[in-house]
Amino acid sequence: MEIAFYIAAAVAVLATIMVITRYNMIHALLYLVVSFLAVAVVFLTMGAPFMAALEVIVYAGAIVVLIIFVIMMLSLTREDVEQEKAWLQPKLWVGPALLSFVLLAELVYLLVIAEMPAAPAAASYVDAKAVGLTLYGPYILGVQLAGILLMAGIVGAYHLGRQKKKVIHRFLQEKEPQKERSAAI
Amino acid sequence: MTSIPIETGLLLAGVLFMLGLISVMIRRNIIFMLISVEIMLNAAGLAFIVAGSHWAQPDGQIMFIFILTMAAAEVSVGLALILQIYHQLKTLNSDAANFMKG
Repeated sequence: MEIAFYIAAAVAVLATIMVITRYNMIHALLYLVVSFLAVAVVFLTMGAPFMAALEVIVYAGAIVVLIIFVIMMLSLTREDVEQEKAWLQPKLWVGPALLSFVLLAELVYLLVIAEMPAAPAAASYVDAKAVGLTLYGPYILGVQLAGILLMAGIVGAYHLGRQKKKVIHRFLQEKEPQKERSAAI
Repeated sequence: MTSIPIETGLLLAGVLFMLGLISVMIRRNIIFMLISVEIMLNAAGLAFIVAGSHWAQPDGQIMFIFILTMAAAEVSVGLALILQIYHQLKTLNSDAANFMKG
């Protein structure tokens, strides 16, 4: 179990170094997914399997896909087909594929280990039931605050992401008809 | 069954956090800066998981859930801001957004 932790830690650090040194954003995001998967394996070796699943689903799934959507929206107008074709060369994805293969080998190793009727995976194993009981017990106020935060995030993202021509505060509008101003107020 | 020492896990979290911090400082592309903030948040969550694993308490994992929630809200608002900056300035260079007009 220790060797799995050290391999996953090395993969995480290597993938993060590759993320911050790439010039192409999509290549950086490939390595970012590998980094999140490696951190998920670290969580698994730390005895937090529920957090490992959440890391894969939310970080490597939702957040990275969101960033990819925005990159596609931004660069759709100025990237041409040759650029897309150049992105699909094998030397671009062989690095993330190799690092992911190390993680896959670790996953197979951990599944083989789990077949044995030994102790839980780590010495300090905290399962999802304990997490849920504590989350909805003493931390219920935090759950409600997280809900408020997510609501504010949704409203803020909608408000900021609207496609408007110009945003001028009504106090700064100089020449405006009087009846529109009274209607706005 | 030996467990991972807490120093090693915290060292990994510190290294990941420092990589994110370095990337925030050296990159000018604003999407890369957002990605680096995600790396730093992930490293902070990793530190909480390591601490919670050391004392075998679920509190660290709950803090990671809260960090996850905050990261999701942060990345949605940040990406909306990036879209607005790109539509206003036609670039992703963060140095181009050094004025506060209009």
